[in-house]
Amino acid sequence: MTSNLMTSHEAYTNEHGKLSPFHERQAERNVRGAWAEWNGYKFAEYYYDAQYEYFCVRNQCGTYDISPMQKYMIEGEQALAMLNRMVTRDLAKCKVGRAMYTVWCTEEGRLIDDGAVFRLADDKYMLTCGAPMIAWLRRAKLGFTNVTVTDVTDDIAALSIQGPTSYSVLRTLNLTGDDALETLKLFDVREFTFNGKPITVSRTGFTGDLGYELWVDPAHAIELWDAIYAQQDNYGVHPYGEAATDMLRIEAGFIMPFVDFNEAHKTIHFRHDHSPLELNLDWLVNFKKPMFNGKKALLEEAKTGPEYRLVKLDIEGNKPAEEAWLYADKNCTKEIGYVTSAMWSPVAKANIALAMVKPDALKGDIYAEIYYTQELRQKMKVAKCELKDKPFWAPERARAVPPFQY
Amino acid sequence: MKQYDAIIIGAGHNGLTNAAYLAKAGLDVLVLEKNDYIGGAAVTRELEQGFKYSNCSYVCSMMRQAIHRDLDLARHGLVLVPYLGTVNFGDQLNDVLVDYPNESAGYNEWRRRNPHDADSRHRFETDLARYAQLIRKTLLRTPPDPTSFKPRDIHELLWLGKTFFSIGEKQLYEYIRFFTMSATEFLEEYFDDPLIKAAMASPGIIGTALGVDSPGSAYILLHHVMGDVDGNIGAWGLARGGMGAISNALMSAAKSHGAEVRTNSGVAQVLVENGKAAGVVLENGDELRSKIVVSNLDAKRTFTKIVDRKDIPERIFKQASNFKIRGSSGKVNIALSGLPKFIGVPDNRYINRGGQGFCGSLKTMEKAYDCWKRGTWSDDPFIESVIPSVWDPTVAPPGQHWMSNFIQYCPHELADGPWTPEKRDAFADSVINKIERYSPGFKDLIIHAEVRTPFEIENEVGLTEGNIFQGELTIDQLLFNRPFPGYSQYRMPVKNMYMCGSSTHPGGGVSSACGANAAREILMDLKKANTVPEDDFYDE
Repeated sequence: MTSNLMTSHEAYTNEHGKLSPFHERQAERNVRGAWAEWNGYKFAEYYYDAQYEYFCVRNQCGTYDISPMQKYMIEGEQALAMLNRMVTRDLAKCKVGRAMYTVWCTEEGRLIDDGAVFRLADDKYMLTCGAPMIAWLRRAKLGFTNVTVTDVTDDIAALSIQGPTSYSVLRTLNLTGDDALETLKLFDVREFTFNGKPITVSRTGFTGDLGYELWVDPAHAIELWDAIYAQQDNYGVHPYGEAATDMLRIEAGFIMPFVDFNEAHKTIHFRHDHSPLELNLDWLVNFKKPMFNGKKALLEEAKTGPEYRLVKLDIEGNKPAEEAWLYADKNCTKEIGYVTSAMWSPVAKANIALAMVKPDALKGDIYAEIYYTQELRQKMKVAKCELKDKPFWAPERARAVPPFQY
Repeated sequence: MKQYDAIIIGAGHNGLTNAAYLAKAGLDVLVLEKNDYIGGAAVTRELEQGFKYSNCSYVCSMMRQAIHRDLDLARHGLVLVPYLGTVNFGDQLNDVLVDYPNESAGYNEWRRRNPHDADSRHRFETDLARYAQLIRKTLLRTPPDPTSFKPRDIHELLWLGKTFFSIGEKQLYEYIRFFTMSATEFLEEYFDDPLIKAAMASPGIIGTALGVDSPGSAYILLHHVMGDVDGNIGAWGLARGGMGAISNALMSAAKSHGAEVRTNSGVAQVLVENGKAAGVVLENGDELRSKIVVSNLDAKRTFTKIVDRKDIPERIFKQASNFKIRGSSGKVNIALSGLPKFIGVPDNRYINRGGQGFCGSLKTMEKAYDCWKRGTWSDDPFIESVIPSVWDPTVAPPGQHWMSNFIQYCPHELADGPWTPEKRDAFADSVINKIERYSPGFKDLIIHAEVRTPFEIENEVGLTEGNIFQGELTIDQLLFNRPFPGYSQYRMPVKNMYMCGSSTHPGGGVSSACGANAAREILMDLKKANTVPEDDFYDE
């Protein structure tokens, strides 16, 4: 055997998936061995039970590993100019120590992805998003000098801690910084010291509840995890995976790529991707900005109106309207749209859904044609839908400053 | 003098539900509560600083989801959290049966004890689900009067018949047998393992003056497993913030529709004029007038205490006096400085913290019942415990806990004379000593304890004899026989007077169904549009 042959283990390296800085601890907690993947990382689908974890977040708190999320540092004199040219929101309004949720589009005004931009210093931004974006960032950088884009995904361990007791848990970490943790408002970002090591804390998340995201050097990831989990019996901390996240984000009314929208660069069929206006994200599009990618197309679309509108529905009965067609009439003859995400919401006690509906049909009745099975028998019911303006779950505690302490 | 459209006596969860639906229909509604807090038996009480006891009812599974949703109780602050992983203890220390939340883990646990029972469990649960499905359909419906020829009653009777026949002939025979069987007999048909039988039988005695060997206890078992949390049939939930969160949300919903709620307002008598209810007289002598009066009190209390005997037929007075409402349960609520550990329970965070069933064996449970019959308590009682603070961060300080211990049996009247503080403490000792046996060091964790015998439950909550169901759930007091034959449709022998508590169909449990059903009947009589929703089922 020669030395340049791979061992059988190495031959499967790519198949195993990369391990997150928190993996060691998360593997101990994943008693059901339920793993999924995210951007090449091995990633928990759930640890024990999706609904159990969902309730941990709504009732106590949970941690969610966002290390596999893509993270980019954009630095230099022209960092703001470059990013502002790329995204639809006006980042000039994002002060140092703040974060903004935004989207970015193709020239045709179709959504490439959504994500958060954190302004860490005058000329330093961190962009986070669900899917790799380095290729697009390199193109977005064209024409801008004095700006660097660095992929720091593997250099930062990130853990989201969400739920009503999340603040009480973080308080026990004795973080020190210029500002007290309790003063953080939604979308605030601050630097702290944890056991003598730097940690960035943002009051952000994907659950619609009180919560924070913690950003540290991967070398300190386990230390951070252990400090948080030292509090698990006091405040009920439990890890949660992708399945619970999906429940939590639907209740909060947040959209998910390849569920509620198709990323433009990965969409084959014409117009199977989406514009921010279709996704009801008009509030993210700042037409007053001089120039940004997709502006012209979006201006045009704003005049004629989008083809669809993403709406929130409360549907009668308790059968989730997964993949349901929507109609203007009870007999299901006039099709007006389709459901993108649906679930029974245990905290709202409502049968909720996100759906794409033709704008002119929003004034009339909406019915969902729901298919489900009962002991192997296919069943169908037509259920009346009610439009909802507000998220299904938006407790006061999510915004309260200072947060309630347990 | 102001005249209300409706006065509801008692701010228990059914009274508040009734008020919410009447107010929603536009009625001017007043709810009167004798205590200085609302909620009746669905309350959260802070008796030791930092610890919030659900000091009566402690778990929730029967709450009608349709009502929860229709009254938007989520917006009024109600969140129900399912709890999982109950551990059952046998007579012998170390003999432990874990009810794993995960089905596969549960199968392994049962198979380890008895492969036959592990398999038989599937048939047992299917049969039970089949029976429960039928009863569940009747919860938010008014029972038909079988002697009436009104089209509505005939229609309901036909519906009931059709529903029951839908399970097939053989199953129907089984079902009829089931209604009069004991829990023991029913379980013998499925299981061999003594602890499995004991654990499965325990819901058959909770809150009722029957033993596991008494005919009728099989139905009680069903009554306790027919609920669900978000479609998980048989699951039990905790109200975040304690059971008082349910009452508070219902009150908030009722108030949002314009209802008025007054505490410290015990009703001395229902005012009856010309054979019609006309209002109430409070204990302080104040007179309040209304077009209708709704009693959320139990049937015995209503017709022997607050309605004048001369205002009702003699038969009703007799039936109310003889209404089977025997107190048989006690409660010990304990604040703990830490989480107790139990002998023989694996250190698995999904099972060693939810609930505990100190059931022992069928024999131990029946022996405890024998003690009750003799007017005393067992020194080896059946205890059903939950530690809500493991799940709910709002009910105890971080790292500390409170444990709800429900004890079956505890007599309303003792053979050796009335309850005294010393006897109450001795009763509590029987409970604490038993837990200490399974959890050495438990006593050292105790910060505070509240002991409630049927005597306290009667005097504080107002439930006659301290019966938690407002009347036993035996077939002679169920469906169209509840509370009395001929009066199951919420209308009482006094015109313009109604009942809305658990003494009416479908009986005990925090379901809101009695209050909602009564509201529907009242609105029908007043020729108002119905505001009460239809029930919503997962298995349809």
